[in-house]
Amino acid sequence: MHIAKDLVAASSTPLVLGILDEGESYGYAILKQVNELSGGQLEWTDGLLYPLLHRLERLGHVESAWEAPPGGRRRKYYRITDQGRAELAEQRRQWAAVVDALRGVWSATQSIRPITALAWGAGR
Amino acid sequence: MTVDSDNDLESQIAEWRTYVHRRQELHHTDAEELEDHLRSRITELTDAGLRADEAFLIAVKRMGSLDELSREFAREHSERLWKQLVLPGEPDVRTAARSRRELAVMVLCAAVAALAIKVPALFGIDISDDDPGFYMRNASLFALPALAAYFAWQRRVSLRVIGVLALLFIVGAVAANAYPLAADSQSIVLTAIHLPIALWLVVGVAYVGGDWRSDRRRMDFIRFTGEWLIYFVLIGLGGVVLVLFTMGTFDAIGLDAEEFINSWLLPCGAMAAVIVSAWLVEAKQSVIENMAPVLTRVFTPLFAVTLLVFLAAIIWTNNGIDVERDALILFDLLLVIVLGLLLYAISARDPAAPPGLFDRVQLALVVSALIIDVMVLLAITGRIAQWGFTPNKTAALGENVILLTNLAWSAWLFLGFLRGRMPFTRLEHWQTRYMIVYAVWAWTVVLVFPLVFNFA
Repeated sequence: MHIAKDLVAASSTPLVLGILDEGESYGYAILKQVNELSGGQLEWTDGLLYPLLHRLERLGHVESAWEAPPGGRRRKYYRITDQGRAELAEQRRQWAAVVDALRGVWSATQSIRPITALAWGAGR
Repeated sequence: MTVDSDNDLESQIAEWRTYVHRRQELHHTDAEELEDHLRSRITELTDAGLRADEAFLIAVKRMGSLDELSREFAREHSERLWKQLVLPGEPDVRTAARSRRELAVMVLCAAVAALAIKVPALFGIDISDDDPGFYMRNASLFALPALAAYFAWQRRVSLRVIGVLALLFIVGAVAANAYPLAADSQSIVLTAIHLPIALWLVVGVAYVGGDWRSDRRRMDFIRFTGEWLIYFVLIGLGGVVLVLFTMGTFDAIGLDAEEFINSWLLPCGAMAAVIVSAWLVEAKQSVIENMAPVLTRVFTPLFAVTLLVFLAAIIWTNNGIDVERDALILFDLLLVIVLGLLLYAISARDPAAPPGLFDRVQLALVVSALIIDVMVLLAITGRIAQWGFTPNKTAALGENVILLTNLAWSAWLFLGFLRGRMPFTRLEHWQTRYMIVYAVWAWTVVLVFPLVFNFA
């Protein structure tokens, strides 16, 4: 299954913030975790994670620091801020509302129709 | 993995890194972050059993196209499309340390220049004195040695060159002060104008690191001069705002800041600005587009039209040029401007490019300036004998001849280039070689004129 680009983009911020809420992490590990959480369904272009992280940093939702293990290559770690936690909570409320609404729609129609509707919607 | 495939992988990653570095939107740290990601992905894939080169290909593919990446980075960091000057992201620790050291030496040189102009005051020669002769003669001797020292340090010039530089500055200082020039004499004005030019060319020797025979380095110095002038004027404009605010705000609390401004802020600020402008030009050299060629592009057509209309007006109205005493200086300045427009067009031109419309406009500008100047000279030569050869007249006439010669030969070379008979570099070489004439002339006016004209 291929998830539409818009959906991937919309879900990326809460996903990244949620993962960082567990503890500090770096780009590659975040990406792997997204992959695991979605069971491989959510596919990101690897590089595009970084502009997103930089945007979150500029907005003050995360902060970053370079850390170098002795004798190893240095790596940039990201950490969620208090403001980022507040943003995560807000996003969570919004997503819950969206999911609730969708659930209502799914149970009301309950047939194969959603799929044709989706295909029609994708061809806008 | 064998050692071979390891080396192979490293060279592949290095190649990828150079591609990333070419993107101006991606800073060095971004590239490092992306490389870390790439390496993690490759390690995972090789651990899963892939060969190193296969893993590399997949990892690069998953990273996404560089175009798309750059676009996303540009959207996030739009400020990077505006080239930033003073604190560029230095690629590595060593260049960062070097630019910090340069900054420190620049500040030191600027401080020396600013304080140097206050040294005479210790010996009772105040700027606010009624007799401005001392500062008129010596204005260039405060900042330019410091500037030359800065370049001598930065370019690591040899001791021999440092000796030559020091000697020339001493000669300049002696010429300005040993001759008994009265404050109201013409010679002192000539010295005040020509000594800075002579010493600026001495700074040029330091700028090119002693390699003053090289045409390319001389052209670099011409470029530097244009940019320096622009930065100096810009800093000067900022200085005017600062002075106005200082006066206004102190006036508001009943204190008179004029004394402080006249004897400290203006002289020290101007001297320091000489050094700071030079440093700015050097620091931004590769960061920001040169301004002088841009101004040249804008003003060459405008000046060309003005001069052509002026010529047409002379013919139409049959009015002769009014050869007042100051006319020669006015037309000297006109030639200087035309020469400047020519020089900075040359400095930014790709020598291999074929002649275009702009080159024709340029030639029209030079030729019309030549025709006007010849008319002025013809009208004025009769009068010169009548007025007699004062230092001012001689200097103005000499400069006119020097500029006329330069422009006439330039026009000839330009014509040859437009007709496809001569390469453009001939014109470039002519201009860079001619600099020696300016140096000789400026030094002659400073050193020989007062003797010839008996300090008049």
